[in-house]
Amino acid sequence: MDWGTIINNTLAGLLTPTTIAFALAALGLAMHFGFAGLLNFGIAGFMAIGAYGYAISVLTFGFPWWGGMIVGIIGSILFAILLGVPTLRLRGDYLAIVTIAAAEIVRLLFLTTAFTDVTGSADGLFGYNNSGGFTSANPFPPGSYGWGPWTYNSETLWVLTFGLGVLAVCVWFLWALMRSPWGRVIKGIREDEEAIRALGKNVFAYKLQALIIGGIFGGMGGIIYAAFANVSPGVYVTSITFFIWTSLLLGGAATIWGPVIGAVIFWTLQAFLSNILPELALAGILPVSGTQAATLRFVLVGIGLMLLVIYRPQGIFGDKRELTFVK
Amino acid sequence: MSNSDSPQKSTGLHIGEAGPGCKKTDPMLIIDHVKKSFGGLTAVDVEHLEIPKNAITALIGPNGAGKTTLFNLLTGFDTPDTGEWEFLGTSLSGVPSYKVAQMGQVRTFQLTKALSLLTVLDNMKLGAKNQVGESIFRALFPRSWRKQDAEIEIKAIELLKRFKLDTKQADFAASLSGGQRKLLEMARALMTDPVLVMLDEPMAGVNPALTQSLLGHVLDLKKEGMTVLFVEHDMHMVRHIADWVVVMAEGKVVAEGPPETVMNEQAVIDAYLGAHQDTDLGVVTGRISIIDQEKDK
Amino acid sequence: MTRVVDVKNLTAGYLPGVNILNEANLYADKGELIGIIGPNGAGKSTLLKSVFGLVKVREGSITLNGEDIVGQKPNQLVAKGVGYIPQNNNVFPSLTIEENLQMGVFQDPKSYDKRLEFVVSIFDELGKRLKQRAGSLSGGERQMVAMGRALMMEPSVLLLDEPSAGLSPVRQDEAFLRVSEINKAGVTCIMVEQNARRCLQIADRAYVLDQGTDAVTGTGRELLNDPKVVGLYLGTLGT
Repeated sequence: MDWGTIINNTLAGLLTPTTIAFALAALGLAMHFGFAGLLNFGIAGFMAIGAYGYAISVLTFGFPWWGGMIVGIIGSILFAILLGVPTLRLRGDYLAIVTIAAAEIVRLLFLTTAFTDVTGSADGLFGYNNSGGFTSANPFPPGSYGWGPWTYNSETLWVLTFGLGVLAVCVWFLWALMRSPWGRVIKGIREDEEAIRALGKNVFAYKLQALIIGGIFGGMGGIIYAAFANVSPGVYVTSITFFIWTSLLLGGAATIWGPVIGAVIFWTLQAFLSNILPELALAGILPVSGTQAATLRFVLVGIGLMLLVIYRPQGIFGDKRELTFVK
Repeated sequence: MSNSDSPQKSTGLHIGEAGPGCKKTDPMLIIDHVKKSFGGLTAVDVEHLEIPKNAITALIGPNGAGKTTLFNLLTGFDTPDTGEWEFLGTSLSGVPSYKVAQMGQVRTFQLTKALSLLTVLDNMKLGAKNQVGESIFRALFPRSWRKQDAEIEIKAIELLKRFKLDTKQADFAASLSGGQRKLLEMARALMTDPVLVMLDEPMAGVNPALTQSLLGHVLDLKKEGMTVLFVEHDMHMVRHIADWVVVMAEGKVVAEGPPETVMNEQAVIDAYLGAHQDTDLGVVTGRISIIDQEKDK
Repeated sequence: MTRVVDVKNLTAGYLPGVNILNEANLYADKGELIGIIGPNGAGKSTLLKSVFGLVKVREGSITLNGEDIVGQKPNQLVAKGVGYIPQNNNVFPSLTIEENLQMGVFQDPKSYDKRLEFVVSIFDELGKRLKQRAGSLSGGERQMVAMGRALMMEPSVLLLDEPSAGLSPVRQDEAFLRVSEINKAGVTCIMVEQNARRCLQIADRAYVLDQGTDAVTGTGRELLNDPKVVGLYLGTLGT
C-alpha cells in the first residue's frame, strides 16, 4: 500500500481545475434549487453548452478566447430561456423532466456525426486554447510553481488562477443577489408562489431570471473545464449532473459556500477513493480486480448521495429550518 | 368590546331596492354575467354584482356555493369562462393575478400563506410595492436600494407593532401560532397599500378571544378609507361589522342587503343559518332541561 | 370505576426540544361528552393525537380503561375501540362513500353489513348516496362520511378534532347535534373545538387548554357562565 502516493493524490484533488469547474456548476445549481426551488436535472447540459460554445467559436469561427467564452455564456442564457419559457408556468416536476431530456438532447447533438466538422462528434474538440490565444494569455512564465502535492506547471497555474477568479466573482454575485430584495422574493417563491403573486410580483419573470443566472454559472463551469482539459460529449453525461447534485447537497443547498466546499470535499474524496480502492484490490483486501475497484467509487457516490438525502438533507452548512424539502 | 360600542355602519350604499344584483352608489368592483364551470359543474354564475366602496361587505353562503371560486376570479387567480368585471373602472379580464395585486387589490387565503421559511420581518418587507432592489440589475448595487429598504423596514415594524407581532420580527414565521400567522398575513397585506382588501375566511381557526382583535383591525381598514370584502362563516362577525351582506348559493347571488334584513330572510335561514342560530344546543338536544337553564340565569 | 380515558401530566411535542403539551391532564368517564377548547397553539389537537398514538409522548401517562397505551400504534388502538376523526383530509376523495365506510371496518370486514345499518340510522343521507365519490362532496358532507367511517368499528371512545371547522352555521349545528346523538348512543366522546360556545353547550365536562396545560375545567355549563373563561376564551360577541 503506497500511502505516500495515495495521500499526495488526495491532497492534490483539493485544488484542481476540475474542482473549480464543479464548484461553479454546483453554485449554479444552488441558485436553481437551493434558493429558487427549481428542480434542474440537466446542469450537465449547461456545462456542455458553455464548453462547446467556447471551443466551437474559437475553432470554427476564429473568435479570440474571451470572445469564445462570452459565446458560451450567451449559449447558456439562451438554453435557460428555451427550457424556462414553456415549463416555468407549470408544476416544478415538469421542469425536472424537461431538463433531464434537454441535457441528453444537447449531448447527443454534440455526439452525432452529422455535425462532426464543427463538433468533432465522439472525438470532441481540442487545441482551442492555443488557437484562441488562451494559452498565450498566460502571464506566468514557464516553470514549476507550488510545493508538495500542489505543484503545477505554468499552464495549469494559469487555468487555476483564472478559474478561481471566475469562481470568486460568481460567489460574490450570488451572495450579493441573495441578500438583496430580489433574493427575498426568490426565497418566497421557493416556498409559495401563490402568496408572492398575491403581493404583486411577477413570479414567472423571477423564476426565469434565477434559471438564467444559475445557467450562466453552470456554463462557466463547463468553460473552465474546457480550458483545462478538452471538450468531449462523454463528459457531459447524466452522471455528472448527479455528481454536482451530490456536491451541492453535501455542502448545503441553500448556502453560498456550501456548493464550493461540497465540490472540494467531493473531488478530494473521489481522488482518495480512486487511489485507495485499486490499492486495496491489489493488496487482496477487496475481492475485486484493480480496474473494477476504480469504478467501485461510483457505487459509493450513489450510496453516499442516498444517505445524504435521507439523514442529512441540509448538508454540512445548511439550516434545516430553511429548506422546503425537509419536513 | 361590549355591544354598546358597536361600529358605525355605512348606510345608503345601494340604489333602489336592495336585492341580488342591485346597483351601488359608489361601486368599486362591478361583475357582469360571470360564469365558471369545472367539468360539468357550474361553480359560479353571477348575473350582476357590485361591491360598494369604503364599506365592509360580507360574502356568505354554504360550502360549495362558489364563494372562494368567485374570489379567485376577482383576484385573477382563476379565469372565468365568460363575463366582464371591472375594478375602479378598469377591466380585469385577462389580467394576471400579480398585476391585479399591483392595481390595489390584495387578498388573503383560506389556508394561511405566511412564509414559514422566512422571518416575520422578511415576510412583511415582501409586501411592499415598487421595490427598486427587486429588479435583478439594481439588486447588485445596494446603494440604489438601501434607503428604500430602510424605509420599508420602518413601515413594517410600525404595522407589526399594531398587530402586536413586533417582538417576533426576527423569528421564522414557522414558529408563530396559527392565529399569529393570520395576523401576519393581514399585516403583510397592508404593506401593499391596497384600496380593496379581500379576506378569505379570516376567522377560520382563530380562537374566539382573538377574533375580537382581528375584527378591530378590519374595522380600522374601513376607517382608513379601504374597502373590504370578506368570506366568512362566523355569523357573529358578519352581524357585528358588515355594512352589506351578499348571500351566494349554488353559484348564484340569492340575496343582498344590510345584515339584519338578509339574515332574517327565511330562505337564507333554511339553507345556511339554521333554525338554531340563537338557541342553546344544550336545550335542543335535551341535555340540559329548561329548569336548569333558568337556574343558571 | 375506571376512567375510560385518563391522561396524567402529559408532555409531548413535534420538534425536538419544543414541548407543545406541558403536563396536561384530562379524563373521561364512560358515556361522557368531553370538550377541549382554548387558544391557538395551546395543544388541543396535539393532546388528541397523543391519545391516538400519532404524537410521541415524552413524559406522563395515558390509560385506556386502566391499560397503559403510551407507545401503542393507532391501528392497535382502533382494535381496542378508539375512533379518531382528523380535522383535515378525513375522507378518501377518490373512493365512494360506501368504500370509505368499508375502509372503516378494514380490521374486521365481516362486520360491515351490521355496522352499516347502525351508521345509516344516524346518517340517513349517507345511506342514500353510497355510490357517490367522496371527493365530490362538500365540507359538511365529508364531515359526515368521516364520522360514519369512525363509527363503523363500533368504537367505545371517539376522538374528534374540530368537527365543525370550515362549516356553514347550519351544518355546524348539525355536526354538534350529531355528536350529541352519537354520545347518547353510548359512545364516550372527546371533542376539540374552536367554536367554544357550541361545544360547551353540549359538553358534560370540558377543559380549557392554554399553553399546553389544562388551565380551567368544569362542567360545560360552569365554563359557559364563568366570566373569566368568557373573557379570555369565548369572547363576548355571541352574547
